[in-house]
Amino acid sequence: MRQLTVISGKGGTGKTSLVGSFAVLAENKVIADCDVDAPDLHLLLHPEILRKQEFKGLKVAVMDKTLCTECGTCEETCRFNAIVSTEGSGYAVNPARCEGCGACVFTCPQEALSLKERVSGYAYISKTNYGTLVHAQLNIAEEASGKLVTLVRENARQIAEKEGRNLILIDGAPGIGCPVIASLTGVDLALVVAEPTMSGLHDLERILDVTRHFGIASALCINKYDINEENSKRITEFCQQRGVEIVGNIPYDPVVTEAMVAGMPVVEFSNGVVSDAIKDIWGGIK
Amino acid sequence: MIISVASGKGGTGKTTVAVNLALSLSNLQVQLLDCDVEEPNSHIFLNPVIEETKSAQTLVPTVNYELCDYCGKCAPACEYNALVVVPQKEVMVFPELCHGCGLCSLVCPQDAISEEPRKIGVIKKGWSGDGKIELVYGVLNIGEVMATPLIDQVKEELDPAKTVIIDVPPGTACPVIAAVQNTDYCILVTEPTPFGLYDLKLAIAVLRVLKLPFGVVINKAGIGDRTVYEYCAKEGIPILLEIPHDKRIARYYSEGVPFVNEMPEWEERFAGMIKKIEEYVG
Repeated sequence: MRQLTVISGKGGTGKTSLVGSFAVLAENKVIADCDVDAPDLHLLLHPEILRKQEFKGLKVAVMDKTLCTECGTCEETCRFNAIVSTEGSGYAVNPARCEGCGACVFTCPQEALSLKERVSGYAYISKTNYGTLVHAQLNIAEEASGKLVTLVRENARQIAEKEGRNLILIDGAPGIGCPVIASLTGVDLALVVAEPTMSGLHDLERILDVTRHFGIASALCINKYDINEENSKRITEFCQQRGVEIVGNIPYDPVVTEAMVAGMPVVEFSNGVVSDAIKDIWGGIK
Repeated sequence: MIISVASGKGGTGKTTVAVNLALSLSNLQVQLLDCDVEEPNSHIFLNPVIEETKSAQTLVPTVNYELCDYCGKCAPACEYNALVVVPQKEVMVFPELCHGCGLCSLVCPQDAISEEPRKIGVIKKGWSGDGKIELVYGVLNIGEVMATPLIDQVKEELDPAKTVIIDVPPGTACPVIAAVQNTDYCILVTEPTPFGLYDLKLAIAVLRVLKLPFGVVINKAGIGDRTVYEYCAKEGIPILLEIPHDKRIARYYSEGVPFVNEMPEWEERFAGMIKKIEEYVG
């Protein structure tokens, strides 16, 4: 079974628009949206949710105010600035910052603190016109997005096995940290979507450092390559130096946004130059 | 005043707003903190002269085997499974799983666990090429999972005597919370598209949990549809500024040039935004 992750480093370069189109073009696959804190793929693929699964991420410290003597030991112990004292109401846990380590539970002389499990989000298995979509939504102000990505990928693997699919198509998150690394581990190919801006070039170098660090084969495509052809040339030269193949360039065309507004993958929405470019890219990596 | 610039969706123009806003406040002392430590970009636009580069660290446990009696209390205490005790042989530490909470050293009855720093990235401090803006940014090491401790350390450089602008990473999870917390106001940058709207709503939900006042900047105005405008009107969310989808602006962005430098009529518009924000914050 082959796994392909589409990533970018920089946000907003067109990952999800591309994955939405690949979902149309690819055969015999499972689609996985691994951008679990700001997922958008569902806006193109319109999933019908078949199964919803609770995701328990990190635990959270809970304070019993009837036992608290306001001694402040917990605040001193906490490394995550998750316990704060406010005038009038005393010490309290800020769940948005708590990483559930339990150090405060250990040090509290009054045993006023305990660790509790919390539901940090939901994973979904859904039906779409293009095949099964596995996706998730991290709850608001939660930690552990990397663990939720791992759960989505495990769901994708199980479904691919059950349904006899030979491809998992993964939409990654922006950045280079926890959720991105979780969406890359063990995949067969990372397709990097770059944009020809100075920021794009900078971010591309860092994401290619990450794929190299983890020994993951990478290929690249430049989106909106014609908005600054000089920068596109720089990206091309940089990729040649790094031995990263450029599998295609997509021109700028407002049709991509029009397709998004219509809630459709662009290759289904239009037969223009963008769709041709995406089909070529898909032909080059499938 | 401390203003954060966030978005939910990536690539909507956070850095564009943060940098151009900073450059438009020429009568104020401005400090820009780039907390997008995974992919920091503000420095590309400011050509800073870096005066100081500091190593950013978290703590990981280290075991003194002269004291360790392999009692095994540390491993089950760790919520992240970062320790494994092999009886009479070794205590294995997995630094990439460790959150640096220090609980293992607290629970060890033999005082055999101490903590040592582990480098996760660097913090760079300097001034924009024109000497007007103090810039601080973090760069997370390649392969490093946890951005939050580095973001916290960038924010320790905050100078409350200045007008501080914080460039926040995309998304809605822990790095975003670390970056926006304890700021006075948050500017949410979005684009008027379905993806922009969906992620804007998520970002707004985060800010409501944190009880932070916020307003919206619409970038690439003219593309997409009207749903972001309709949503903001319905929710009573102020639209602070619209930046049009403009070839010149896009071109300057692609070249790493802050567009207020080339289109000075925008300086007043960005500076005017601060006045609006001051009114909201009171």
